[in-house]
Amino acid sequence: MHPLLTVSGLTMDFGGIRALDQVDLRILPEKIVALIGPNGAGKTTLFNCLTGMYRPTGGHMALTPPGLPERRLHGLPPYRITAAGLARTFQNIRLFPNMTVLENVMVGRHCRTTAKVFGAIFRPAATVREEQETVDRCLALLERIGLVDQANEYAQNLPYGAQRRLEIARALATSPKLLLLDEPAAGMNPQETVELENLILSIREDGLSILLIEHDMKLVMRLSDHIFVMDYGRMIAEGTPDEVRRHPAVIRAYLGEVEADA
Amino acid sequence: MKSPPMLTNKDVRHAVLTGFWFMFLTFPLLVIKVNPTEQTVTWRWANMLWVGGVSAVIALACRLVATRRAGRAELLRQMPAQTTHELHPFALPSRDRLIPLFGVIALFFIVFPFVFSAYQVNIMTTALMYVILGLGLNIVVGFAGLLNLGYVAFYAVGAYTYGLLHFHFGLGFWAALPIGGLLGALFGVMLGFPVLRLRGDYLAIVTLGFGEIIRLILENWREFSQGPSGIANIARPGLFGIDMSLEHSLVYQYYLTIAIALLTIFVVNRLRDSRIGRAWFALREDDIACQAMGIDTTAAKLTAFALGAAWAGMAGVLFAAKTTFINPASFTFMESAIILCIVVLGGMGSIIGVVAAALILMLLPEYLRAVAEYRMLAFGAILVVMMIVRPRGLTSQTRRIYHLPH
Repeated sequence: MHPLLTVSGLTMDFGGIRALDQVDLRILPEKIVALIGPNGAGKTTLFNCLTGMYRPTGGHMALTPPGLPERRLHGLPPYRITAAGLARTFQNIRLFPNMTVLENVMVGRHCRTTAKVFGAIFRPAATVREEQETVDRCLALLERIGLVDQANEYAQNLPYGAQRRLEIARALATSPKLLLLDEPAAGMNPQETVELENLILSIREDGLSILLIEHDMKLVMRLSDHIFVMDYGRMIAEGTPDEVRRHPAVIRAYLGEVEADA
Repeated sequence: MKSPPMLTNKDVRHAVLTGFWFMFLTFPLLVIKVNPTEQTVTWRWANMLWVGGVSAVIALACRLVATRRAGRAELLRQMPAQTTHELHPFALPSRDRLIPLFGVIALFFIVFPFVFSAYQVNIMTTALMYVILGLGLNIVVGFAGLLNLGYVAFYAVGAYTYGLLHFHFGLGFWAALPIGGLLGALFGVMLGFPVLRLRGDYLAIVTLGFGEIIRLILENWREFSQGPSGIANIARPGLFGIDMSLEHSLVYQYYLTIAIALLTIFVVNRLRDSRIGRAWFALREDDIACQAMGIDTTAAKLTAFALGAAWAGMAGVLFAAKTTFINPASFTFMESAIILCIVVLGGMGSIIGVVAAALILMLLPEYLRAVAEYRMLAFGAILVVMMIVRPRGLTSQTRRIYHLPH
């Protein structure tokens, strides 16, 4: 099977500091893939490179949606990458606080709709239809994350867990092929984590792949089809949850070196 | 149910302190009066007591309003989720109640020139031009969150477009109006390109500089703009070549300005609830997330600058036609500051708020002429009080409420 996302030799330098060093990554379609590693390993930097927030110093990234030609990603601005089919959430929630819940999701439809200034002012039939379709689709997404009753509420008034779910819905509204989740379970209680887990599984069933950064190891081991481990900007291990759990490099990264003469 | 909120000792103490503070602040202005010709100093102690007393009462009233509001918010929180929606603090009164209100306002504006003197009509026309300017700047500052301190530059571009086209080619108002708008938009894009990467304070400084550059060019490039002596004898707006007396012309301009102001309200309102409007708001709220959601922030910023500046360009043409004389002195930073005041006072992104603020800010100084001596003091005090009582503007922006299927 051809991988959905192929990353090879990705390098990111900040001045003299190499945050990412020759990172390789392959994600197959319809898989949940986790990216783990100690703090400062470069996980979020990798996310920022993948989504175009940072321009990588070197390396290649390409997205190949099933049945479509390969699309080069490196060097593209963020909005083009989102249009190509990569959507993300943020580690620290970045909603639009003074917009309503529904509007937050509608912003996600921006790259799949076309109304311009003319359409906005004169509202021809095509624009009206497009707006209605946007609203319907977004309400359906809100239904799915259980926020449809709060659709007209301001996003800032939502409780924390709901804000996290809303961020996922907003990312889904861009109709992505690959969803990047940056610590989606951070700060959630066990009940919310279970709901999140079900949501992620249902997203995979829709045919999307998911790449998630997560520190909750139980969740990662339960959910993931495949795990990548990073440390000091390098990819130090990869494999199934069982393989990664036993991998010596992973144990070293998380627990430290075992002294030979101890 | 809890008892109604009461004022505590602390509130009273706070109010008394506020009174003293205002006495102290206004002491040199209101109490000491130096007469340099007679070399005497008059001490007006009564003024001090007035200031202290009035500001203490106002402070007390503010506290009372604040505690009441807190009480109401508490009440809201206790109610079941379903009903809170109707009591949403941001929601405007329902449509049915607004229609008669709008009818009364519309009637007022229609009969205005027949009831009031030419002088009043003239003032109202100016105020309405500031409605257009305020709404235009609202697109840039209120919607897209790009602080622009040089907005008056586009106003000047519009005014000089008409002035120069009329002077050199005898072009009429109606031909100049769209050209002024287009040139305004073009200059908006010209300003937009170099500032794409700037944000916040830096953006403000560059736009401030841009405004000054345009004014200085107009002042110093005599061959082009006739410098500080300006352009005179610009034609008033015509109506199918009918000759009008000055008074009729004033009334005509009044209705014309109303028509353009209404057009502005209509267009800005449609833009706000559109795909582009949402992109602007997203940009204002969080530009990183905005990019990540697939919005081309460059395009969004440039359209905001262009569409905002276009209204200033048209208002400039109106201004040139109304005064029949323009020179660079009309386009100082003070104008930009006033227009920005309108947007901030009205509430960033709110359309009704900006319209109300423009009328208040432009009409108030005129009608405060009765108390000429304290006109600007009262004006400043009103601004300060407004920002304390309603820090988010007259009306906080209301987002569109979508009908939910059930």
